[in-house]
Amino acid sequence: MARNAKSLSRKRLHEMYRTMLRIRRFEERTDELFMAGQIKGAVHVSIGQEACSVGVCSTLNQDDAILTTHRGHGHSIAKGTRLPEMMAELLGRSTGLCKARGGSMHIADVSMGHYGAHSIVGANMPMAAGMGLAYQLEKKKQVAVVFFGDGASNQGSFHESMNMCAIWKLPVIFFCENNQYAVSFGVERSTAVQDISVRAQGYDAPGVTVDGMDVTAVYEATAEAVARARKGDGPSLIEAKTYRFFGHSRGDPQFGPYRTEAEVQKWRKRDPLIVAEKLLKMTKAEKEAHEAAIKKEMDDANRFAEESPKASLESALEDVYA
Amino acid sequence: MREINFVDALNEALHEEMERDEKVICLGEDIELAYVFGVTKGLKDKFGGDRVRDTPISELGIVGAAVGAAMAGYRPMVEIMFMDFIMLAMDPLVNQAAKLRYMLGGQLSIPMVVRTPGGGGVQYGPTHSQVLEAWFMQVPGLKVACPSDPADGKGLLKAAIRDDNPVFFCEHKMLYKMKGPVPDGDHIVPFGQAAVKREGSDITLIGVGYQVHNCLRAAEELAKEGISAEVVDPRTVAPLDTATLAESVRKTNRCVVVEEGHLRSGVGAEISSAIQEEAFDYLDAPIGRVAALNAPIPFDPDLEDFVLPNSGNVVEAAKKALGVPV
Ligand SMILES: Cc1ncc(C[n+]2csc(CCOP(=O)(O)OP(=O)(O)O)c2C)c(N)n1
Ligand SMILES: [Mg+2]
Repeated sequence: MARNAKSLSRKRLHEMYRTMLRIRRFEERTDELFMAGQIKGAVHVSIGQEACSVGVCSTLNQDDAILTTHRGHGHSIAKGTRLPEMMAELLGRSTGLCKARGGSMHIADVSMGHYGAHSIVGANMPMAAGMGLAYQLEKKKQVAVVFFGDGASNQGSFHESMNMCAIWKLPVIFFCENNQYAVSFGVERSTAVQDISVRAQGYDAPGVTVDGMDVTAVYEATAEAVARARKGDGPSLIEAKTYRFFGHSRGDPQFGPYRTEAEVQKWRKRDPLIVAEKLLKMTKAEKEAHEAAIKKEMDDANRFAEESPKASLESALEDVYA
Repeated sequence: MREINFVDALNEALHEEMERDEKVICLGEDIELAYVFGVTKGLKDKFGGDRVRDTPISELGIVGAAVGAAMAGYRPMVEIMFMDFIMLAMDPLVNQAAKLRYMLGGQLSIPMVVRTPGGGGVQYGPTHSQVLEAWFMQVPGLKVACPSDPADGKGLLKAAIRDDNPVFFCEHKMLYKMKGPVPDGDHIVPFGQAAVKREGSDITLIGVGYQVHNCLRAAEELAKEGISAEVVDPRTVAPLDTATLAESVRKTNRCVVVEEGHLRSGVGAEISSAIQEEAFDYLDAPIGRVAALNAPIPFDPDLEDFVLPNSGNVVEAAKKALGVPV
């Protein structure tokens, strides 16, 4: 499990653990606020997939880019997106990252290299290719990482983008979170291959499958792909086997017609937080310190959001130029 | 008459048409469990996985495959989970399905239906809230239906499935839970026939899709002030029954057209142009238009409400056309 954990210091691992916990608690708060009717629209929480967000983003610099999906809170937080402004967005405040226009499915914090959650499944991949193209043209060492799901890997945009990145050797990392389902449709029915990573072969790019519940495994695989991209050797595809512990979105049941409770429980045993706690042999005191720090961050974020004014109606017409 | 909601009315239409014609097949994302809005519930159990199947998330592929299945003699019904996602399948729908019969000299036709929910009111934000009927009514070779109640939903969907040509079938999320009377039996609503949803004599309110309900609400409001509004629903925008619309305007002499899409090049532009052509001498005031404000549909509920048309906007436009102080 902790195959390559030696390259990460204990301190670093604790930081990564804290970020995973930050995501977990943020998502729980989001879900509560949604169920209480305070957050409107749709929310897709990433509980269970925290190791993917953190393992990937821990390899990146602030000026590297990520593009994410409808299930993007975790990626956002791991990339350093400001929590108060993110919560403000979910609650429709003028101080929200996207001025209350985008909501949960369209979070972005460009100042932190977060180029948006893109809720049209597959839309983010060609854009990642384009960012990679720009970095290559400017001879920059930056990379673009695009997160997507097992379901999204069946969009044409995935294949078109992989091929373009491969022929032009663009610095792009395709990170597929295979959480076994696209809404109610299981990956074994939606997808002809067992490991989505093998699709990289069709584009003469490296493809690996990693344990998406182990933050160190995700980290190591991503670090390698990022190094390759920075050297100018082109794209990589990483598939992380993972699981969403909650329903697809907005209060869907955790198990239901398309999956069993036993299956959910089986995956929950490999909760990425538990996996990391074991690896760190985390003491109770250490854990409590992490929890206390995160609780304060959450409360601060919530307070900021709640104290911020709602976005003004007229602001809905700003930034429209045609 | 029994009352059922819009989802159940559409569901009945699908059950009946699949029962009637074994060439009707259904393709779409999460349709087997009818997981999102429920329109396809029970179809997989009844008709089996050959005829009702979940597809990967591949809109271009799904709609393109439907065109091919139609060429090979089937009558596919494709569900696109949200109308906005049809953007990914514009080529098979607009460049292929709409053109093939014509371009191949009438050797074949493409009997297929793309059903899809559009519209705002659920705070899904800019990429999940659009209504796009105006885009599709511009395309020769596509029929476009926009039902506003369960009876029309059922009747138009049955007509669409029996049609030998491609139909873009617009549903509105806010309609799904709405109940209404639906006739028993083989209820069919032919394309190209508008319906008067409320009779009146002072002004004609023409509503497209869900906006019919804002027109009906506005008519209630106006009635309190002694103004009698007639509400007309075109039901299909391609073909468009301009005769019925113009007839109403010849009676009332004033008109407001209401749609949820954007104003510029909207359905209302086409309708008001047709009315001024057919009933110019009868108009006592410029035709009013109500549509979404010129912005993507924002996520926050207050902003969303602000951008989308509401019954108050309709009342205001009606009063303006009537020369009554607002
Ligand atoms: C083009 C498009 N088609 C369909 C949808 C509806 N939809 C939203 S999320 C989703 C499932 C995505 O599955 P996956 O890529 O595996 O991501 P996950 O939800 O599992 O994180 C679907 C079908 C969409 N948003 N965009
Ligand atoms: Mg998935």
